[in-house]
Amino acid sequence: MGILNIVTYIPLIGAIVILFFVRKENSVAIRYTATFFAVIDFVASLYLWFNFDPKGSGAAMWQFRYVREWIPSLGVRYEFGIDGIALLLILLTTFMGIIAVVSSYAAIDHRQKEYYILLLLLQTGMIGTFCALDFFLFYVFWEIMLVPMYFIIGIWGGPRKLYAAIKFFLYTLTGSVVMLLSIVALYFFNDGGIPFLNIKGLGNAASFSMLQYHEIGHLIPPTLQFWIFLGFFLGFAIKVPMFPFHTWLPDAHVEAPTAGSIILAAVLLKMGTYGFVRIALPILPDATKQLIVPIVVLSIIGIIYGALVSLVQKDMKKLVAYSSVSHLGFVMLGMFALNPMGLKGSVLQMINHGISTGALFLLVGIIYERRHTRMIADYGGLAKQMPVYATLFLIAALSSMGLPALNGFIGEFTILLGAANRSIVWASFASAGIVLGAAYLLWLYQRVFWGPLDNPANKNLPDVNRRELGMLLALVFLMVWIGIKPAVFFDVIEEPVNYIVRKVDPTYFDKQPLTYPPAAPVVASAVETTR
Amino acid sequence: MNPTILLLIPLLPALGALINGLRAAANPHTPKNRTVTNIVALGSTGLSALLATWTVIGYVSGGMSSAFQHAWYTWIPAGLGHVGAGNIASFAVDFAFRIDTLSCTMLLIVTWIGFLIHVYATGYMAHEEGYTRFFTYLNLFMFMMLLLVLGANYMVMFVGWEGVGLCSYLLIGFYYDKNSAADAGKKAFVANRIGDFGFILGIFYIFNTFGTADYGKVFALASANPAAYTGVATVICILLFVGACGKSAQIPLYVWLPDAMAGPTPVSALIHAATMVTAGVYMVVRSNVLFRLSPTAMLVVATVGAVTAIFAATIGIAQNDIKKVLAYSTVSQLGFMFLAAGVGAYTAAIFHVMTHAFFKACLFLGAGSVIHGCGGEQDMRKMGGLRKYMPKTRMTMLIACIAIAGFPPLAGFFSKDEILATTFEHHGFLYFLGMVAATCTAFYMFRLYFMTFSGDYRAAHVEGHPESEPEHAGHDIIPSMLHLDDGDAHSDKAHGHHAESHAPHESPWSMTGVLWVLAILAVVGGLVGLPEMFGGGHPTWFQRWLLPVLLPLGGERFEFAEAGHMQDALLILSSIGVATLGWFIAYILYKKDPSFALATRLRLKFAFLHRLLENKYYVDEFYNTVFVGGTLAFSRALSWFDAHIIDGIVNGVRNVTVILLGHGSWLFDRFVVDGAVNGVGSTARGSSRLFRKLQSGFVQNYALVMGGGIVLIAAVYLFTKP
Repeated sequence: MGILNIVTYIPLIGAIVILFFVRKENSVAIRYTATFFAVIDFVASLYLWFNFDPKGSGAAMWQFRYVREWIPSLGVRYEFGIDGIALLLILLTTFMGIIAVVSSYAAIDHRQKEYYILLLLLQTGMIGTFCALDFFLFYVFWEIMLVPMYFIIGIWGGPRKLYAAIKFFLYTLTGSVVMLLSIVALYFFNDGGIPFLNIKGLGNAASFSMLQYHEIGHLIPPTLQFWIFLGFFLGFAIKVPMFPFHTWLPDAHVEAPTAGSIILAAVLLKMGTYGFVRIALPILPDATKQLIVPIVVLSIIGIIYGALVSLVQKDMKKLVAYSSVSHLGFVMLGMFALNPMGLKGSVLQMINHGISTGALFLLVGIIYERRHTRMIADYGGLAKQMPVYATLFLIAALSSMGLPALNGFIGEFTILLGAANRSIVWASFASAGIVLGAAYLLWLYQRVFWGPLDNPANKNLPDVNRRELGMLLALVFLMVWIGIKPAVFFDVIEEPVNYIVRKVDPTYFDKQPLTYPPAAPVVASAVETTR
Repeated sequence: MNPTILLLIPLLPALGALINGLRAAANPHTPKNRTVTNIVALGSTGLSALLATWTVIGYVSGGMSSAFQHAWYTWIPAGLGHVGAGNIASFAVDFAFRIDTLSCTMLLIVTWIGFLIHVYATGYMAHEEGYTRFFTYLNLFMFMMLLLVLGANYMVMFVGWEGVGLCSYLLIGFYYDKNSAADAGKKAFVANRIGDFGFILGIFYIFNTFGTADYGKVFALASANPAAYTGVATVICILLFVGACGKSAQIPLYVWLPDAMAGPTPVSALIHAATMVTAGVYMVVRSNVLFRLSPTAMLVVATVGAVTAIFAATIGIAQNDIKKVLAYSTVSQLGFMFLAAGVGAYTAAIFHVMTHAFFKACLFLGAGSVIHGCGGEQDMRKMGGLRKYMPKTRMTMLIACIAIAGFPPLAGFFSKDEILATTFEHHGFLYFLGMVAATCTAFYMFRLYFMTFSGDYRAAHVEGHPESEPEHAGHDIIPSMLHLDDGDAHSDKAHGHHAESHAPHESPWSMTGVLWVLAILAVVGGLVGLPEMFGGGHPTWFQRWLLPVLLPLGGERFEFAEAGHMQDALLILSSIGVATLGWFIAYILYKKDPSFALATRLRLKFAFLHRLLENKYYVDEFYNTVFVGGTLAFSRALSWFDAHIIDGIVNGVRNVTVILLGHGSWLFDRFVVDGAVNGVGSTARGSSRLFRKLQSGFVQNYALVMGGGIVLIAAVYLFTKP
């Protein structure tokens, strides 16, 4: 059966159950069925967590593998398997899946049946993408993911939902088509070559297996690597999104319903960064090294640009959306530091961003359900009226701005440590983003929660209810846990990260360890001199 | 030494914060059951102080032969990084504490002053709505501050460092429904973050150079081979010092501290005078091995310290808000501490941290008592004659004034004199600046004392001087990003005490008792650093106590500056001289002449100068316009650029594609199939018929494109297969 199949398809089964066995008028049953399957899926993914061996290296790094022939004539196989990076992203997906479903209870009041079906389908698409070790399968899941998201924004979104949905779809589609070209190029190189470009192939059997390409990647001539990399880059960079391909994101976030924003921020954006670490870096080492500087420059621009643009947004959701551009800039920067610190931080920050920004979108959604406005100017002084909500919002904001002992700090610090190890200049520019992060979030916080409570419409807002509190506390728990004991998470990605570093820079670890002199003696003897 | 007890020192206040925090969340408005709040808050800090004392005694009786260090677990296992010249090191950060004489000193100051201020606050905050919330924040602060001083590496210190910044933010903004408090809180946090930017870069440099952030290892490497690290030490130290400037309110990042007075007065005493703001000094002294490698960095520290000392002191002489005077005084005194560290008098810096904690906490709490007694008034022009009404407050504040002004044998004299004497050895001009600043200190402190306690009570007659209320033209341009300045002098106590117009009254024993304890400490606290001239030794007891922290560099041990007896005596006399001069001017202007006629004449005569000082050299206005306004304007421009240029290109590409496809390809039309999402065919923006068709049908197109892609792969594969 394969546990990965179970984790991937439980949401699909849930969707089918709702489709055939729950009547569309029975909204309570729809919700609870969806919740049930989301929870079961999370529990199933916990099985992965508890049975994962972080020490596994080499072939054993890829665990829970499930391989079947699929389309033998094309070399397509149905191949699932995960390393620690995919493991964490799957856990994030199943966890945020529950949050997404539960957060929709009150927010979605029409066409609920379709909504929850799509949400569950989306989850299958996302988990499948993280599990797939075959390019063909990967591409199928990658594309499957798009459709439910398109409908979720397009049907349950805000006033400009169609514009946003279509922009999201076309933009991402463009990227994935170019990505497909790169996959095809890899495929031909492995096999017969590309005759009309005069590129000789390796003559291997036709294959879409990612792991095989991990092995042969360095044989690809640098020029070809460069072009293949560009194809992947476009596909992934749009998804991340990196500056300047980010403008679909604010539109999509602002128009999407709360759960859509949560999933979009928490998981969909990670598809791009995941693509880089799983595909672009290990398969195309020469191109990766060649393109470090341009990509790092774009990342740093993204960090600062996203933060500055956040600063002046009037719509809370747009502000959080632009902050994502900034945060994902950190993820990309750490990744292209191409050392263990940077990559580890980068992977952890993917998770952190999912949790923190997911929480912020959830919080904005909670207040939106009460007041039906996201304009910062409509609020003020909420701390008096909704103290618990205000406290939780503050914790989420602090986590997002990287306060030590919360998750965001661990990610940002490790990323910057890695970046600084390569170039202190990169780290200096990127660290400016941390200062700006405090500025835009605290200014937001001040305008919404502090000051006098002078808008009469805000005078009777109820504080968070139990359902909301439950979701937020779960997220806060994760923020604190990762902040205090990140080693638990770093352990599972240690091997995969070192694997990628070695792929790109085989000699990285071949150096003499630094030794320390014994702790300098404390000179009590120097004390006695008194005249 | 028992690591569990060591861990409990910070953990107890954290637990207190957690319990009171949950209680506050359950009951946000009704301050139910103050007693439980008090037991939790005071119990946890008190116990923590006892355990700290126990730990220090254990360490001292253990012979202090080496620093005690304990790591609980690896907090951030970041991975293998490249270090220095071709080595590799495991970049990992332990959650670890370090006990040596420096952390012992800080530990005792923080826990005991913290405990005293908790006691005081039970009286001061008694009528406040957010009573439990207040103690939650205060306990959380204790936790973070203890992490800061106990941490065994720069990262644990950084956690505490940012953590105290957060608590400072929350406590400055305690009266969050007032815009001035909310602005001040944010300003403090952002200014601190700018400093932290330097600090964290310094930490990265430390990692790149030493492969670790652990004090023991870093200092061992640096002190074993000083010559190898001299160059990089300059960069590291200056970056670290940027962090210290933020936290300890030095030029150019001091602007947040005066505004921070919007918080309740016990907060000003604990965080913005006695403990948190001295963290920068602690950090510099902690890193003394690195700083000693770089004369350049030392000079930077000394210069910034001396300039800040005189700069803030001159502002302090023209303020009328009692807390503002003390705030600028704090900035100025912190400048003295950095001056000390910069000239190599590390022990004097920590000595001054300690004595300053005593007398400045006493002054702030005394000011709090005055404000409490005057129904929330903070303007000294509306005080006067309070010695009749508040004798205990008056007496303790007088003692603290004498201590800070630098009259022997009170605490401030010995620490300040040690600083000035060492400065004299190293740098004549900085010594001169220090002496002028010391004169100003004595002047503004006695001005404060005379205006508050001498003469007659003036609240009835004096209304605000309109000409002296600063006008801030810049405020309209920059709405509330960093609102700079008080505007209303009634910050904190106006809350609980509105509309009370009866005569001033003495504060309850919980407040005056604490004042007495601090006043006594301000008297005797200096004895630990008694110089030879006054019967101490050379080095003084305090210098010998801290010597283990001042590691030998390249085998050469740390030497304390030693001057001849004659020079010592002259320096001491001149120290006393400037203090007397400051007192004398204050006496003439504010005591002998209760109508302040001479002071007013002088003010009018030097109107420009007075305006400049009263408005704090317009630095806030400058920052607001240039940095805050500049950032916002730039951000708005970027936002426009994003919406119109970048997104414009995206939409342009889309439109061009649609047109090309629509006119150029018959295939495309065939792909367009109607009916999709909601059957909607119109775009939000509305555009051509073709465009509409594209949007309504494109999911199907997409399926075709995707399918086509797969077919393409198959086809090419089949054709190219040999």
